[in-house]
Amino acid sequence: MNGLQSWWDYLSVRGDMLAETIGETLLYVGSVTGSAGLLALTVAILTRHRPFAKELCLAIASVFLTIPSLALFTIFIPILGLGFAPSFVALFLYAILPILRNSVAGLDAVEASVLESAKGMGMTDRQVLLKVQLPLAWPVILAGVRVSALLTVSISAIATLVAGGGLGDFIKSGLARIPLPNSFEAIWTGVVFSLLLALGIDILLRLVARWTTPRGAR
Amino acid sequence: MTEPLIRLEEVTKIYPGMEDPAVETLNLAVEPGEILVLVGPSGCGKSTTLRLINRMIEPSSGRIIYEGEDVTRGDPNELRRRMGYVIQQVGLFPHRTIAENIATVPRLLKWPDKKCRARADELLELVSMDPATYRDRYPRELSGGQAQRVGVARALGADPDVLLMDEPFGAIDPITRDRLQNEFLRLQGELKKTIVFVTHDVDEAVKMGDRIAILRERSEIAQLDTPERILTNPADDFVGNFLGSGAILKTLTLRRVGDIELSSVPLLRPPVDREQALRLLEETGERNALLLDRAERPLRWVDRRALNSFRGNLDAARPSVSVLVQPEDTLHDALSGMLQNSMGCAVVTDRGGKYLGVCTIESLAQLLIDTGKEAEASRA
Repeated sequence: MNGLQSWWDYLSVRGDMLAETIGETLLYVGSVTGSAGLLALTVAILTRHRPFAKELCLAIASVFLTIPSLALFTIFIPILGLGFAPSFVALFLYAILPILRNSVAGLDAVEASVLESAKGMGMTDRQVLLKVQLPLAWPVILAGVRVSALLTVSISAIATLVAGGGLGDFIKSGLARIPLPNSFEAIWTGVVFSLLLALGIDILLRLVARWTTPRGAR
Repeated sequence: MTEPLIRLEEVTKIYPGMEDPAVETLNLAVEPGEILVLVGPSGCGKSTTLRLINRMIEPSSGRIIYEGEDVTRGDPNELRRRMGYVIQQVGLFPHRTIAENIATVPRLLKWPDKKCRARADELLELVSMDPATYRDRYPRELSGGQAQRVGVARALGADPDVLLMDEPFGAIDPITRDRLQNEFLRLQGELKKTIVFVTHDVDEAVKMGDRIAILRERSEIAQLDTPERILTNPADDFVGNFLGSGAILKTLTLRRVGDIELSSVPLLRPPVDREQALRLLEETGERNALLLDRAERPLRWVDRRALNSFRGNLDAARPSVSVLVQPEDTLHDALSGMLQNSMGCAVVTDRGGKYLGVCTIESLAQLLIDTGKEAEASRA
């Protein structure tokens, strides 16, 4: 009880910082999932008839995800300096794989007989893609976007180490001051609001998936 | 002779990396308004041949002529929109309603919305599905048989002259298949489309085909003729083996009950007088008489024992004649019916149920013997 009270006291005087860092995290989530999604979907579409290129792109995207995050955030500093830019690039590279993997899987999962009949009725390759494959793959693609968005919320906490802002600022400042007063309150603030943010984004994207998926493809 | 609607000229298809061609210098002409069935063992290239027609597979060499025009080059999509295409797995679009599925080609051809909707309803009616019930449903709510009806309706979407059908009823249970085949033949009676139909099932080929092309490896035509002539006069051992031992028996599916002379049996009409009935059996030497009701509909079979043991009113009996056929049914239907009861004959009625005569197992046997003799004679 005591702890909750002191956390509340800590928060009540830091509303501005909280709003600012949440805004920064949201900016990462929006810009990173948007751009990574666009790239991943484009790659998935362009390589849909080329199995080798498809596997190669998946392999490259997988490599990004295996690089330790602390390293990935810092290696771009010499080129991009500190702040938003190196953080954005690191998060962007991470976010590609979930969307790419799901886009590829979604497009591949469209039944061969459906494609055969679409082609047999005289649909062009482009029409098959836009009217049949993408609508059917859409829920799977969106599930990939959701994973990337959540991944970005959690990993963006590291951006604070390269002066990139976000909810990680609370965690870093708390860590630096252990065991001084308010250190754990700061860490808890970063963690709890990251979780709430992730939860909110998850619900929002699930709703988007519901609204935009054609009834028969659900 | 009319100009064929579709012609394959010296068409060869060699798949990349394969040494042997799947189809080798094939010449085939499809006449307008006919159902041409391509049948053969698996791997003979019958599906490949069908898919060459709408260029789902591009020929390695040779020409495809459609409506007198060389369509071997040019836009394949434009060609495919002029031909209906039905495949075994149907391939309906799961994310689109039944009506939207059916209107696929009309939409590709940019028909106005209202016309597309009207067309979908019209086609649902045509394949015996209620538009109000089905137009807004999704494919996964349909049974296999219903899905293929929609598949056929979709292929007819923009009223093409040609239907290409690749084992359309192959994945459907036998009873539903039989019904779909009959419905499709009735439909074809009205529509008079030109149909190329692929199957591996000889019985289906005999039933559906105006002409049958029996194919062997590399899509070589072993025999191309009417079902009657192929069944009674197979060109060589390959065809004979492929048709199987019951080839003559299969001719029964080609003839209708109405085509043969019906036999008669002693008839009883209400009110039945027992003495008179017994005398009738005595005089005719038959074991059974057929009791009709007041509207001349067959009611039940009556034999001596029934007459002797039955107390009460015979004509009050419930209808119990189990095998009833109509003149439009095939002799094969009549035979299967006869095998299910012990009477050795099937009662023939008109559509209203009125008695016309009986079709006996002896008359079928005689017919088969005659057919066999004719076949023998034409071979000699």
